[in-house]
Amino acid sequence: MAVQGTRVRHEDLGLQEADLGSIHRSMLLARRIDERMWILNRQGRAAFVISCQGQEAAQVGAAYGLRAGYDYLYPYYRDLAMMLTLGQSAREQFLSLLAREEDPNSGGRQMPGHYSSRELNVVTTSAPVAVQYPQAVGTALAFKMRSESGVVLTSGGEASTSSGDWHEALNFAAIQELPVVFLIENNAYAISVPEKMQVAGSIADRAAGYGIPGVAVDGNDVLGVYEAADEAIQRARRGGGPTLIEARTYRMTAHSSDDDDRRYREREEVEGWREKDPIARFERYLEEAGLLDAEGKDALEAEIKAEIDQAVEYAEAAPQAAPESVLRGVYAET
Amino acid sequence: MAARSLLQAISEGLAEEMRSDETVVTLGEDVGKAGGVFRVTQGLQEEFGPLRVMDTPLAESLIVGSAIGLSVNGMRPVAEIQFADFIPPAFDQIVNEAALFYYRSGGAWPCPITLRIPYGAVPGGALYHSQSVEAFFCNTPGLKVVAPSTPADAKGMLKSAIRDPNPVLFMEHKKAYRLVKEEVPDAGEPVPLDTARVHREGTDITVCAYGIVLHSVLEAAEKLSTEHGMETEVVEPRTLYPLDRETILASARKTGKFLAASEANVTGSVSAEIAALVADEAFEWLDAPVKRLGAPDVPMAGFAKPMLEYLVPGAEAVEAAMLELARY
Ligand SMILES: Cc1ncc(C[n+]2csc(CCOP(=O)(O)OP(=O)(O)O)c2C)c(N)n1
Repeated sequence: MAVQGTRVRHEDLGLQEADLGSIHRSMLLARRIDERMWILNRQGRAAFVISCQGQEAAQVGAAYGLRAGYDYLYPYYRDLAMMLTLGQSAREQFLSLLAREEDPNSGGRQMPGHYSSRELNVVTTSAPVAVQYPQAVGTALAFKMRSESGVVLTSGGEASTSSGDWHEALNFAAIQELPVVFLIENNAYAISVPEKMQVAGSIADRAAGYGIPGVAVDGNDVLGVYEAADEAIQRARRGGGPTLIEARTYRMTAHSSDDDDRRYREREEVEGWREKDPIARFERYLEEAGLLDAEGKDALEAEIKAEIDQAVEYAEAAPQAAPESVLRGVYAET
Repeated sequence: MAARSLLQAISEGLAEEMRSDETVVTLGEDVGKAGGVFRVTQGLQEEFGPLRVMDTPLAESLIVGSAIGLSVNGMRPVAEIQFADFIPPAFDQIVNEAALFYYRSGGAWPCPITLRIPYGAVPGGALYHSQSVEAFFCNTPGLKVVAPSTPADAKGMLKSAIRDPNPVLFMEHKKAYRLVKEEVPDAGEPVPLDTARVHREGTDITVCAYGIVLHSVLEAAEKLSTEHGMETEVVEPRTLYPLDRETILASARKTGKFLAASEANVTGSVSAEIAALVADEAFEWLDAPVKRLGAPDVPMAGFAKPMLEYLVPGAEAVEAAMLELARY
């Protein structure tokens, strides 16, 4: 066994080579799916895109320690990479983007990015920002009531911390010491409003006000986010209560396909962050650890491209939901 | 069988559901040791412990949001909104979340929550302990809004509400809580949520009413029968959304004269919707214009007793409206 000094970071975190491979794959798949979605949108084939580019490390790092189908996830609209980490497929993303009947999230009823999966315990996502936090807390409360070891992860952008729901949820989670992890993906903007106009003080520091751990991590460092999230998840499982994680990152695209970010931010700023691209950074780590080379990378890119090509082809050929199905399923039957 | 007040019947219904199904939990402000400000949950925390009968922070959006989250994870929460007047902060969690969970997920995520909502004017309640908020929610597909006004119905319908896989807003009229009593079966059976109830058969006019006003209508109907030989058919919708349209329309077609009454502000009220329904689908059978009775469109309700009495339709106003309709 290697001595401490020469050990690589992932070994300290208990991650095997296979883990690194799947973390890498989820991040890259998310990026390539996202890029293809923009292309389909610009070609007029997809009505709307909301993007995760730049936030893949925060998302994959946070979700990697969850037990899909047992733990619960309350994601927000950018969490494509989280969904892939838990087990949704490329095909499912394009079925959702193109609003096909088979869209696993909503059967074409909601815009893309409103995730849902009963099998994966991903709770149906909404458009109003921050509503997921009190819900996540209630789901964690059910685990506590039954003395089970389940954990709930919920996430949102930094602007969601401006809302009452966020504070109400943190307060209750802390009072009841609930097994819930709040992940804030601080990507610096709420549409056009910069962080300094949206957030007073530091988000991570606010945890102290609720008497819970608050961790600020580099959101572009997937291993760093994994470390923080894994510790939070383990603490929650042990009955140690909630944790707030603020992952500082950057949204590299416009807010959505309907937005033009040149109205509110300089190109130099965006370019500066491109140099901190979390995927390139992780690839450098893998290369330095001797776990990835140019050949391996090309093979993975080719495999992902083929998967996306097939997914798009499948989704474009898939039937739309029958129009009158819009009338069905308002109420659940007993 | 024993005589129970509306409040006792609701309390019993909740306790029985909690005993028979361990996933049923209740939460809200002061519901624990205090047993709720109205005492509906009295004794429950002693019996079921502080996790199943949980005092929450004063945060209505959190109360409803966490109830949603509990339901997602296998529980059947019954959340108390201490007073209907304080429900607006939870509006988003109710209309955008609970109501839409099932639909927006293509049937994957039902949301079986019950919200108990004490509502209505009481002496001394003033502007913020008097409101009838039901109409806010009767325009939202995915919600069920029920408002039983008698003890046996309330007990049975609370059971149905808790067992229902949909979000149910359970409106409890505060003035009726202790005033209205009747025999209630000890081992109460659930009462279905989707049917109106015909309390009294009649041929001259129909009055469709709920809440405390229903009780004024029932009294007036007896009085007008004795004094004027006028027979009123009294229909209680029981569920305000979605409405049991057939029962309401059948009565309107039978009597040809129709009054919709409650103490809510009239414009945009549930009574307004009932009146529109009758005008739309029973016009050919009508012998008089469809009438509505409720509070004028001013905030509910003045603290001073004369102000309150001026606003809320009491026994005399109800009787006068019924007579006027009969004479038309
Ligand atoms: C309650 C609410 N108000 C306004 C909006 C419109 N809106 C959608 S996303 C957004 C910005 C959210 O910013 P942030 O939470 O930082 O997340 P980001 O999009 O930057 O990832 C706004 C204002 C909304 N969805 N919900």
